[in-house]
Parts: sequence; structure tokens; C-alpha cells
Amino acid sequence: MSGTGGGVRARARVLARRREAGGTCLPVLESDGPLALRRTRGSGDEARVVLVGAMSGPHDGDRFRVDAEAEAGARLRVQSAAATLALPGQGEGEARYDVRVRVAAGAEVCWMPEPLISVRGSRLRMRTTAEVEAGGRLVLREEQILGRAGEEPGRLISRLTVCAGGVCLLDQELDCGPGAPGGWDGPAVLAGHRAVGQIVVVRPEFAERPVTSRRIGDTCAVLPLAGPAALVTAVAADGLRLRRLLDDGLAAAG
Amino acid sequence: MSRAALLVLADGRFPAGGHAHSGGAEEAVKAGRITGAGDLEDFCRGRLHTAGLVAASLSAAAALGVPPTDLDAAADARTASPALRAAARRLGRQLTRAARAVWPSDELDALAREFPKGAHQPVVLGLTARAAGLGPADAAHCAAYESVSGPATATVRLLGLDPFDATRVLARLAPELDRVADAAVEAAARVRHDGCGALPAAGAPLLEIGGEVHAAWAVRLFAS
Repeated sequence: MSGTGGGVRARARVLARRREAGGTCLPVLESDGPLALRRTRGSGDEARVVLVGAMSGPHDGDRFRVDAEAEAGARLRVQSAAATLALPGQGEGEARYDVRVRVAAGAEVCWMPEPLISVRGSRLRMRTTAEVEAGGRLVLREEQILGRAGEEPGRLISRLTVCAGGVCLLDQELDCGPGAPGGWDGPAVLAGHRAVGQIVVVRPEFAERPVTSRRIGDTCAVLPLAGPAALVTAVAADGLRLRRLLDDGLAAAG
Repeated sequence: MSRAALLVLADGRFPAGGHAHSGGAEEAVKAGRITGAGDLEDFCRGRLHTAGLVAASLSAAAALGVPPTDLDAAADARTASPALRAAARRLGRQLTRAARAVWPSDELDALAREFPKGAHQPVVLGLTARAAGLGPADAAHCAAYESVSGPATATVRLLGLDPFDATRVLARLAPELDRVADAAVEAAARVRHDGCGALPAAGAPLLEIGGEVHAAWAVRLFAS
């Protein structure tokens, strides 16, 4: 971690490796300043890590990055202890938060953090990139809450890119809040909903048997992507309702 | 470039089947999210800066000569809804047929061979512009305009909206449309060095979800 130039720079890293005797070990588990990674009790062959916010933020001008990688045959689950708050600050320009997930053949990563809350006055550019080798498995959830209760949101630009077997299957960016291109809160994009989220599921068996597209209510859908992956996408009035829709969608994806 | 060729391509009467699609407006009207000219303008503005920007950049890149297979895959990744992917390919196939008859070109022939079920419409639009002697800016303007003209025309039929009001919405969006087309051309120019990741990926959750909702209806006025 370094704090020069107005913003905090921090990079955390976790590497999961399959143990010869069974199970998954973590030869790399690096925390950095506000990004603290803690190993907790896993289940079965899975190693479980919790991302604990040791400070608040990101604030404007901060640069956060988290790398998670599972080598062949390893199973890793990453959660977070609490919601992440994008906050305004004295730093220069927007905050940046990069998440990179890499999944090798025969490995599985569940990336299931708590929501990101875009607080009034904050400016955050979030970039999540997942690369899954052919034969790898991924479940990745993202939830964005636009403002705390009754509050107008900050500016949030969030791009999610998922590649499987070297092919980009999902590339999607949401730009919302004050200063975003017009219409973001209108009838084509969010229509006043203050919680938006998605779960991407990559599974080799989807290549043969893709999920069937279906709707969950009027604001959530389970969508087969153009490859061995599916997307659950939803908007809702608040985080609680969003989570319910996404959970139902994930269950429907099988 | 030929200004007249641009008018031919951008004409709503160009026989490529676009009039049968509402760009998500039919679902939004039924769901009560579009009830008049004000909502229509909000809808169109949101669509312009998301699906419109993406389509415009794909068209501009195709007009620049970026391989259509790469662009078609990029369009797939930017269209999560299978119903919307299918609609884009259906429109692409219809446009390919019309374009090959109007502006015969080896590139359009090759595209038809490679994508017998149709490539994504914006990719075909870019190649069509190329065949017509038009440039990336023309292609981007066409795609950006189509992204809002379809919903505006459809809403006239769906809501009985005054056509003057609907057309005024389009006129008011014109300056933003120019800016979107410029941004699309700029992004398309970066593809050669940075790959298709340089293309915008702006998404609209309710257009994707609504696309699936609409496709499940037994009876509908528009195909998408």
C-alpha cells in the first residue's frame, strides 16, 4: 500500500492451488492496507477467503486492485465481510477498483462479495475481468446499490468482462449517477430502480446443455450467453429485493 | 463519400425489415414505462447512449475494415439477451440480402457465406456502408439514428402518439446523436491496435430483460 499522490494504492492477491492429498491450499494470500484477505473455514475441497475492509473506501483518487487465481483443480470461494462503500474524498479524480479473476482448467472460483454502494458525491470506476480456461468453472456476483437509503447515488462506471476458453462471452458496462450519459435512470436502462446486479455462471457442461432463458418476475432474467455461460441479470428497488431475485435466478440456472 | 448514398441507406423505407422492430419500446409501453412523448425521449436517450453507442461503434469498425467475425463475436458479448441476439441476426440477414442487391460487393458476398443465418445487424450495416462508398462516420450516424428512430416510430403506432411529437423527440436528440457517432468512430479507430475490447460495452439492463419478456408474449405487434 502506498499513499502518495492523494489517493491510496493497494493490491491484494490470492492464489489457490490443489493439494496432492486433496483440498485446496493458498500459497499466496497477500493483504494490502485497506484490502485485507482472511482465510476462513472452507467446506470440502474448497478454500474460503473473506475480503475484510480494514479501512473505509475506496475514496476518490484511490486505486484498489484484487487478483484471485485458482490453478488447475483448485476450488476457491471469495466473500466479503460487508458492503463496499464508494465514498467521496480529497483525492484527485475518480477512484478505481480493479478485480481480476483467473480460473484454470478443472478449477472453480465462486466470487461472491457483498454489494457495492455508490455513495452521494463519490466517483468510482470499477473493472471486473474474469478469464476462465476451457474446463474451468466460475460463479461471479456483482451488486450495485445506487446511494444509501433515500440518497442520490455517486457516479459509478462498472464494466464486467468474462472470457471463457479464450473467447469473450460477456462485456457489459453500466454508467450511472450524476454526470452519466442521459437516460441512465429512464425507461430503457434503470427506470428508477436503485439496485442492479448480475451473476455470471461459467460451466463446461453449458456448451452441450445451455440454460433455458427465463424470467423471474418483471425485472430479472436468466440468459444463456453465446458460449458455455449464463447470466442472471436483475434490477430492483433495493438491495434486499435484488439479492432475492439473483438467488432465484442462480437456482433456476441450475 | 456520397451524401445521396447515405440518404438511401438511412431511409426508413430501405427494404431491410427494420420497421417490424420497436427496439424494446413495445415492452416498455406495455409495462407502463413509456406513456407519452416525455418518456419516449428518456427511453430513446437511454437507448442511444447504450445499445445505440455499441451499434454505432460496431458499424464504424466494420466500415473501417475490421474483420466482421471479430465484430460479430464482440456484438454477441455485448448482447446478453438471446432474444435480442436472434433479432439482431434476423435483421442482419435481411439487410445482407437488400444490400447485396443494391450495392453488390465481394465483402457482402463473403459475409453472407460466412453467416448464413445472419450476422449482427450493425456489423452488416458497416459493411453495407463500405460497399456504398461511405465511411465510418456515416455508418456510425446510421446506426445511432436507427437506435432511436425505430422506437420513436413504433411508439406512434403503440400509443397513438402524435407523429409530430415523436419526430420532435428525434430532432431534440440530434446533437447527442452526433456526439455518440463521434465517440463510436473514435473507439472504432482504436480497435486495430487494442482489439475489440476498445469498443464501448454500454449496457441497459431493462432493454435486455425486456427483450426476453417481449419474446415470451404470444401476441405482439413488433418482432422485438
